[in-house]
Amino acid sequence: MPKRKDIECILIIGSGPIIIGQACEFDYSGSQALRSLREDGIKTVLINSNPATIMTDPSMADHVYLLPLNTKSIVQVLKEHPEIDAVLPTMGGQTALNLCIEAGDKGIWEDFGIEIIGVDIDAINITEDREQFRGLMEKIGVPMAPQATATSFLQGKEIAQEFGFPLVIRASFTLGGAGASIVYDPKDFDEKLSHGLEISPIHEVMIDKAMMGWKEYELELLRDKNDNVVIICTIENMDPMGIHTGDSITVAPAMTLSDRTFQRMRDMAIHMMRSIGDFAGGCNVQFAVSPDEEEEIIAIEINPRVSRSSALASKATGYPIAKVAAKLAIGYHLDELENQITKSTSALFEPTLDYVIVKIPRWNFDKFEGADRTLGLAMKAVGEVMGIGRSFQEALHKATQSLEIKRNGLGADGKGYTDYDTIISKLTHASWDRVFVIYDAIALGIPLSRIHEITKIDMWFLRQYEELYQLEKEIGKYSIDTLPKPLLLEAKQKGFADRQIAHMLECWESEVHTKRTDFDIKRVYKLVDTCAAEFKAVTPYYYSTFEEEVETADGKRFVENDSEVTDRKKIVVLGSGPNRIGQGIEFDYCCVHGVLAAAECDYETIMINCNPETVSTDFDTADKLYFEPVFWEHIYDIILHEKPEGVIVQLGGQTALKLAEKLDKYGIKIIGTPFQSLDLAEDRGSFSTLLKENDIPYPQFGVAENADEALKLADELKFPLLVRPSYVLGGQGMKIVINKEELEAHVVDLLRKIPNNKLLLDHYLDGAIEAEADAICDGENVYIIGIMEHIEPCGIHSGDSNATLPPFNLGEFVMQQIKDHTHKIALALNTVGLINIQFAIKDDKVYIIEANPRASRTVPFIAKAYGEPYVNYATKVMLGKKKIKDFNFDPKLEGYAIKQPVFSFNKFPKVNKNLGPEMKSTGESILFIDSLKDDEFYNLYSRRTMYLSK
Amino acid sequence: MKYQSKRKALILLEDGTIFYGKSVGDREGTAFGEVCFNTGMTGYQEIFTDPSYYGQLMVATNAHIGNYGTKIAENESGGVKIAGLIVKNFSYTYSRPDADHSLEEFLEANNLFAISDVDTRALVSYIRDNGAMNAVISTRVNDLEGLRKELKEVPNMEGLELASSVSTKEPYFEGDPDAAIKIAALDIGIKKNILRNLAKRGAYIQVFPHDTSYETMEAWNPDGYFISNGPGDPQPLEAAIAAARKIIAADKPLFGICLGHQVIALANGVSTFKMHHGHRGINHPVKNLVTGKGEITSQNHGFAVNREEAEGNADLEVTHLHLNDGTVAGLRMKNKPVFSVQYHPEASPGPHDAEYLFDQFFELINAEVGKDAVV
Repeated sequence: MPKRKDIECILIIGSGPIIIGQACEFDYSGSQALRSLREDGIKTVLINSNPATIMTDPSMADHVYLLPLNTKSIVQVLKEHPEIDAVLPTMGGQTALNLCIEAGDKGIWEDFGIEIIGVDIDAINITEDREQFRGLMEKIGVPMAPQATATSFLQGKEIAQEFGFPLVIRASFTLGGAGASIVYDPKDFDEKLSHGLEISPIHEVMIDKAMMGWKEYELELLRDKNDNVVIICTIENMDPMGIHTGDSITVAPAMTLSDRTFQRMRDMAIHMMRSIGDFAGGCNVQFAVSPDEEEEIIAIEINPRVSRSSALASKATGYPIAKVAAKLAIGYHLDELENQITKSTSALFEPTLDYVIVKIPRWNFDKFEGADRTLGLAMKAVGEVMGIGRSFQEALHKATQSLEIKRNGLGADGKGYTDYDTIISKLTHASWDRVFVIYDAIALGIPLSRIHEITKIDMWFLRQYEELYQLEKEIGKYSIDTLPKPLLLEAKQKGFADRQIAHMLECWESEVHTKRTDFDIKRVYKLVDTCAAEFKAVTPYYYSTFEEEVETADGKRFVENDSEVTDRKKIVVLGSGPNRIGQGIEFDYCCVHGVLAAAECDYETIMINCNPETVSTDFDTADKLYFEPVFWEHIYDIILHEKPEGVIVQLGGQTALKLAEKLDKYGIKIIGTPFQSLDLAEDRGSFSTLLKENDIPYPQFGVAENADEALKLADELKFPLLVRPSYVLGGQGMKIVINKEELEAHVVDLLRKIPNNKLLLDHYLDGAIEAEADAICDGENVYIIGIMEHIEPCGIHSGDSNATLPPFNLGEFVMQQIKDHTHKIALALNTVGLINIQFAIKDDKVYIIEANPRASRTVPFIAKAYGEPYVNYATKVMLGKKKIKDFNFDPKLEGYAIKQPVFSFNKFPKVNKNLGPEMKSTGESILFIDSLKDDEFYNLYSRRTMYLSK
Repeated sequence: MKYQSKRKALILLEDGTIFYGKSVGDREGTAFGEVCFNTGMTGYQEIFTDPSYYGQLMVATNAHIGNYGTKIAENESGGVKIAGLIVKNFSYTYSRPDADHSLEEFLEANNLFAISDVDTRALVSYIRDNGAMNAVISTRVNDLEGLRKELKEVPNMEGLELASSVSTKEPYFEGDPDAAIKIAALDIGIKKNILRNLAKRGAYIQVFPHDTSYETMEAWNPDGYFISNGPGDPQPLEAAIAAARKIIAADKPLFGICLGHQVIALANGVSTFKMHHGHRGINHPVKNLVTGKGEITSQNHGFAVNREEAEGNADLEVTHLHLNDGTVAGLRMKNKPVFSVQYHPEASPGPHDAEYLFDQFFELINAEVGKDAVV
């Protein structure tokens, strides 16, 4: 059946602020769905409260509502748009589904005659209500782990007695495994049971017998109205059952499944999807397989919506699940759609891969002092990276290189553990670093069988690790001069970075690069094409690898490269890597707009990023996508291959900015603000000289390299002091200290964590008001796009503060100082592009806290609040195509826009929730108010000094 | 385990193109055949032992091959049928408690030469653009002249009869002798899972050699006939085509798979042709034109049935089409209990979406048996 004629206008519900368990993958899915529907001439209305997203850009939908995600907002939207025929709630995660159910319960959809498409509410209810789900599985003959439901404490105790330990407790209707825990010891059971019951909105928990150590798999399915079902991707979790999939290292395609077992699993998945109601769209099914001769398969759960895994599966295979799911929701059958990558074959097929992808979650435990860092059933990661390679080893290496945690890959950087007890303990209690510790364990000579016994990680993966270590040892026998070509090629094929090889050979990274140039070992690029090269693909989605040579009949030798360089002028945009606290989706918003603006200026755009959740890594965002680590070696090789006119670093947050120095050193042009200015802004000494020269006040400060110096400095500067390392992100390691004891402790702690770093000590302006300004500068003129005032006093990180646009109580005199300072600093720094400046205001005097000559976290917020494409403008300015005076600025905002941070503290029950100079929020939402008399503002204002303890 | 270096190896194509790699297991070796690729991500053992691949050098596109070892019970025939193997990453060790051997041991026991570390993606793109052709894989990297000469001797797949090389020499039986239904299966390269599928539905099967006449099979008095999959060009299979004609003329239920499907088409006067590079994988989309539904199928063929002739044939109806290129994937005879598919409903490897075809075959047989009973 072709597209339904009776649906002309669709409401899409977004997923709201980023929280742990629900990140920017839903910006990706929502954006794809919107584009997909509009392609078919369908009018779209979007509701989402997250201003940092691409999907809430005015260009994405016919009507965008930046409203709180509640039924009141839904009613408002439906009243204003009686033309809405249907709602598609499957693109906004559990948040959207829950809101859809709530609106359904309240009869809202019925009142307005709205049809729910893409999912069946009964299906959601069945899959979320574990008892119903279990009943259904029993009926259709799909086995599950022994399981029972408890709605009371007593019931829970009885079930425990029957099953024995270990047990898993899961709270019903919660997200990302919140309230789920494994209980090994009967002593802990009571507490965990109460917590689960408490956190479940329906006061219900599911108790399962724990299938610890079983192998874990996920299948991504699509189904159409004609009941055709295809499996888009099979993902294998390297970390077996016991660690939440969101916290697991996952691999696609499945590595250790025989065809026989896989086909049984495929049959079960299809059977399950067909059994949970009649709907067209995406679905995710999780299974566990017994690691023994039986290869017994049990179902874990099914999610009848687009999920984090479907975003990963889309990037892993190239098959745009959300885009196709949206088409299926409006009536298309799979066989009526084309494969979006080949454009010549059918969408009704199952992608096949000739490469391997590895996803590694990105954690931020350092932000949650006191958090339980052990991985378990509740998801704790804040982001993820994906590595693509022609082997598991290469993909694993690339993923570890993408994490940006100062590791160069597995081993060969002198940072590994060498203590037996530490290693065993770290293998036993999996945390963020287990992926590295496995390598250390092998290096120390711990037998694979022992590592397997502890971790239950499949031996196949462990042997892949072992091969890497053997190769490292082999290379170590040589020097840079004696290293044979086949060995260097093999090391590169297995993903070792030049830096790691340099470490093994005790030479410089650049020498390794030179060596491989001499040997003609060149990085080549291969296409992600859904079909293992069976068909010609037209989509420019690449990853790098190293290959053996091909020789033509007339004797020409070469290494095949799928990425052909055009003769167009090119611009590279560096992405922001994995989401983490302090650097999230807002930078992806900036990168995407940078790409689009550069394309408008007639450049061929090249995106480099490694975060599978993002819109920037969609294959149709840039002209060319290199899904590669934002890691020097990979970037440099792409630049050598593509020879772009320049690189944009100021849109990808600190990740991209940090690479500016090296780009500059290698003579690669940085588009916009030059490296010298970027560096100057980071260097407190030079920056304060600049401020002094321009007669701009700043808090007294000093630089210390050890505790002695810091203590001496404290006498000059006077307490309270703000202490922080230089060159950090989101206020990492930043702390306010009030006496010498605290100062000493913090300095020692910082130097232990980040050795050889300089520390900055600022006199802290107690009780000051904080404000910030974002501006675009073309080197001659400055345009301030927005000034925001923090509601909380100085001392809470700007990312964690509630803030208003425009300021709510700054006088004319103060505002003028902010404007003057912004102009002066932007010009003095030779800014070309965006700049963000943070101010502290005390006694009507405006001090400069810091200046960041790059896109800031607040730029998307301001752009959304004023309805202006500021990143687009700034990019054109950077490229020298436009001047400030060429734009007709026309910000529209009645009343105020409040930026509200959102925290994920519920994932870390024991963490100190006090806020301070170190950022802890994971996301933000926008709230428009007409006047300061608004209750919400009053609320925030009256609580401003309470240091939010949500 | 220690670091192991590997011997250099290569694949030389008929047109002179060379792709470099390494020898699996550090062995010396040389193997000739027609190079083709399979895009399945699982099921390597089933593929290597599928008689339809007889005489072919198999490029496995999946990044790793051998990860879960091999298991004797999962062979699709008596042993390895491919002529040689080309992979990107070869797994020397495996992980599967239920496996019997590593892939390396398995290949060695079957005396099969394999090469690894080849840029298989480049090779597949090359075959895709230039078509299937003969090739040699070898460790004789310094004897290109010799290899070229020997390669010239290898016959072209077109017009090549290979069924006799893989067919059983003597008839044999499968299934329960007391089963209600008897099926005669003409073996022109049959896969074990086809027999399992027939037996499990309650049939007693006699498997006949490739050149068995209709009369010989008929003498056993079967309720239905089956013509199997197999390697090579269908056109030289005169005995099988003749047998198919007689089964059809006798109004007996007949089901054909893959090469068997082509034989049935030829028996109806519809020609076959050699495809550019064929269909080999377990993700091939087929549309059932009767039900309007799609199926993901396992495919393995280098020849196909002429669609125009099939559609123009008054006795035939095209029941299934390949969604990617519109080639004929299934046929049915309008007034006869005869049908066939180009793909593999028995899967192994591959999805089970098309298993219903076996049920359909049994329905046909039962309907015919019922008719006989009435008479």
